[in-house]
Amino acid sequence: MAAPVDSASDAVASQTNMPSLKTLSAVSPLTLRIIAECPVTKARACDLALPHSIVNTPVFMPVGTQGTLKGITADQLEDLGCKICLGNTYHLGMRPGPALIEKANGLHGFMNWKKNLLTDSGGFQMVSLVELSEVTEEGVKFKSPYDGNEILLTPEKSIEIQNSLGSDIMMQLDDVVSSTVTGPRVEEAMHRSIRWLDRCIASNQNPEKQNLFAIIQGGLSTDLRKTCLDEMTKRDVPGFAIGGLSGGEEKDDFWRMVTLSTDHLPRHKPRYLMGVGYAVDLVVCVALGCDMFDCVFPTRTARFGSALVPWGSLQVKHKQYAKDFQPIDPDCKCPTCKRHSRAYLHALFKNDTAAMHHVTIHNISYQLTLMLSVRQSIINGQFPDFVKTFMKKMFPSSDKYPSWAVDALASVNITLDQH
Amino acid sequence: MKLELTRVVQGGYRLGVLKEIGRATHLSLEVPGCLLYTRCGTVPHLTHDTLHTLSNLPSITQLTLSTVVEHQEVLEEYKDGFKKFAGLHDTALYCSLHDPVTQSPAGYVTNKTVSVWGSGGRIELTVGRFMALQKALRPDLYQSMADGETWQGDASSRKRIRKSVDRTLAHLDECLLIHQQTAELQGAEVLGVVEGGDSLEERVRSAKETAKRPVGGFCLDGFQTGSMEGSLRTQLIGAVAGELPEDKPRLLQGVGRPDEVVACVEAGVDLFESFFPFQVTERGCALTFDLDLSPDPERAVLELGEEKDEAWESEQSGDVQLEDQAETITPFEMDLKDTKYRDDFTPLVEGCGCYCCTNHQRAYLHHLLVTNELLAGVLLMLHNMAQYNAFFRALRGALAGDQLEPFKKRVLRSKRVA
Ligand SMILES: [Zn+2]
Repeated sequence: MAAPVDSASDAVASQTNMPSLKTLSAVSPLTLRIIAECPVTKARACDLALPHSIVNTPVFMPVGTQGTLKGITADQLEDLGCKICLGNTYHLGMRPGPALIEKANGLHGFMNWKKNLLTDSGGFQMVSLVELSEVTEEGVKFKSPYDGNEILLTPEKSIEIQNSLGSDIMMQLDDVVSSTVTGPRVEEAMHRSIRWLDRCIASNQNPEKQNLFAIIQGGLSTDLRKTCLDEMTKRDVPGFAIGGLSGGEEKDDFWRMVTLSTDHLPRHKPRYLMGVGYAVDLVVCVALGCDMFDCVFPTRTARFGSALVPWGSLQVKHKQYAKDFQPIDPDCKCPTCKRHSRAYLHALFKNDTAAMHHVTIHNISYQLTLMLSVRQSIINGQFPDFVKTFMKKMFPSSDKYPSWAVDALASVNITLDQH
Repeated sequence: MKLELTRVVQGGYRLGVLKEIGRATHLSLEVPGCLLYTRCGTVPHLTHDTLHTLSNLPSITQLTLSTVVEHQEVLEEYKDGFKKFAGLHDTALYCSLHDPVTQSPAGYVTNKTVSVWGSGGRIELTVGRFMALQKALRPDLYQSMADGETWQGDASSRKRIRKSVDRTLAHLDECLLIHQQTAELQGAEVLGVVEGGDSLEERVRSAKETAKRPVGGFCLDGFQTGSMEGSLRTQLIGAVAGELPEDKPRLLQGVGRPDEVVACVEAGVDLFESFFPFQVTERGCALTFDLDLSPDPERAVLELGEEKDEAWESEQSGDVQLEDQAETITPFEMDLKDTKYRDDFTPLVEGCGCYCCTNHQRAYLHHLLVTNELLAGVLLMLHNMAQYNAFFRALRGALAGDQLEPFKKRVLRSKRVA
């Protein structure tokens, strides 16, 4: 159990919100069962039980921004073994709108997805996609790119929309600042995110079936992160996300903030590292103790013909593959690799969108399979060996290892081999 | 290849089964029927898994030379033929010259060459190169090289039409000669191409001469939607059919609209390309046939009322310019981008068994279309192919049961059959 709420240390949080936090813990629609913990690193394998199925962690969650995963049917995604994917509150809130999705029995019903869904708060998109956004204590103010109307996204509004979407995991609205910003704005955003968390908790209409995750902020400052962690872990939320990273900061700062966060997050709750999806980042951050990840990269890059492989990536559209009759990855078991060659996909890219779907399927399969292997190695007690083999395959020689990854892994007692 | 006809109406439709298709001797296809339209061996938008959510796929897959011509060297190096190269399912492969959906510019045909347009531009083909491609592709059947420009623009003078018939026959003879000498093409069938533009005399001459050659069947070219009035087309097809042997299939190129299909079946056509569902998909529409032919008087009364709305309205809009027809929404489809579907939580077509209709609702398709999502093309393509195949199945049922007139009245609704 998390520490009891100390309201004296949090003057801003409204007193009336507090009782509702207490009642929430008893009915939280999430349980985390730790299956195995790596004896060397902070990695762990868990079964995360959510309303629409158990999710095996560590897990990569593909992103289906507008209620669809880029040309892939719900059945195809399920057949790949995906148990949880993302929807974007900002996009879905705009089109088709929460009222319509509620009528369709939530986002699950609207897109006919039978497994779990996670929705973001909508705040991140607003700050990154919409130029004219202004953050006040009330919320984020912005102009709709569709009709030009001024819209105010408050913590309450974000949760209201996410309640309509009916996602299994909702994210709090946080005050997002770019990870490259420094100074008082970062501190302000961190404190405001804590206040907004309390407003989000208080406005959740479905705590018995929708989990609300807090988002740890604090930029690249150890002190601010620590303060945020102390405050947020006092709230009995079902899970925690590590936010405000993977936005162009130095990787040395990135991993230190991640490992600081996992050091202070409660062991029995899931840890979600937002916006991280490169294979090396995934493996290193699992070692640092993260359970859940999401990223648009694998599906976006697929549409440009970039296929993910254990040795990096393969550009199907490049001329060198025109006469290459092997599958993308001869060891891959995905439907694309079982049926099609690099040469055929190369030819198809000139003719039809199905070429993109083939690579999208392969890339999702790559991400899910990678996480499955990571999990299995943790369960088998061989995670450190797995990491070493993985890095060896990914980089042609050990002098190509990124120094941040070497340092991060060393911090959890993995020393990479020289080769 | 064997065409077994179970029913032939003199000067009219034929019902039967095409068996032992080329080297795919275990496959057969019911006629009247359609092929499986592909680009580079892929049904647009679909992967193997999504395509195979459909049952009863046509057993002949169409490949157009224009989508593979620039990969000739690759296929020659591959050596095992296109079916294996593309990872195709167990299907017969038919190779045509042009893509029925993309109109090629006219004016590039010479005595010895025709041109096709790949993604990288124009590629000129002699019979030698054409046959080298067939050798690399190894189809089960393919159309011979043909000069098929006569339906386009200024190319329709009498002299030009005569020339196209002569050239096409000369290409056919040359193709057949090489065909017989090519080990890789043994067992494959050549379809001779009937040209002749809008000239009855030239159409008859082309048909008669082509029928004298050792071809497996016939391609009727130059009747594309937009090329001529429907009544002239059916009249010419009827005349051509009269000159062709009964035991060989007739494939009509470039016609896919259901009302035109029925009219051409009545004139003696057996096979159609199935590009029409793709065109419907590309304009964000869904086919909505009423194919339930069981006599139910109560339902029939209801439908008389229903007929009024969509079908009649588009009929009233007056004469559609011939060349615009490919882009125009036909009375057989609904425009899912229409805001009235925004909150419509019913399937595209009640009772349709396709993946889209069993899993999704109109409101979702509307959302995917207005947000430009790739899944819209996937789901619509599946639904439209399911509907189009069901249309052909129902048509064959109607022909078998002597129900063609009720079928036309119901399925083609108010549409006057050309
Ligand atoms: Zn359907």
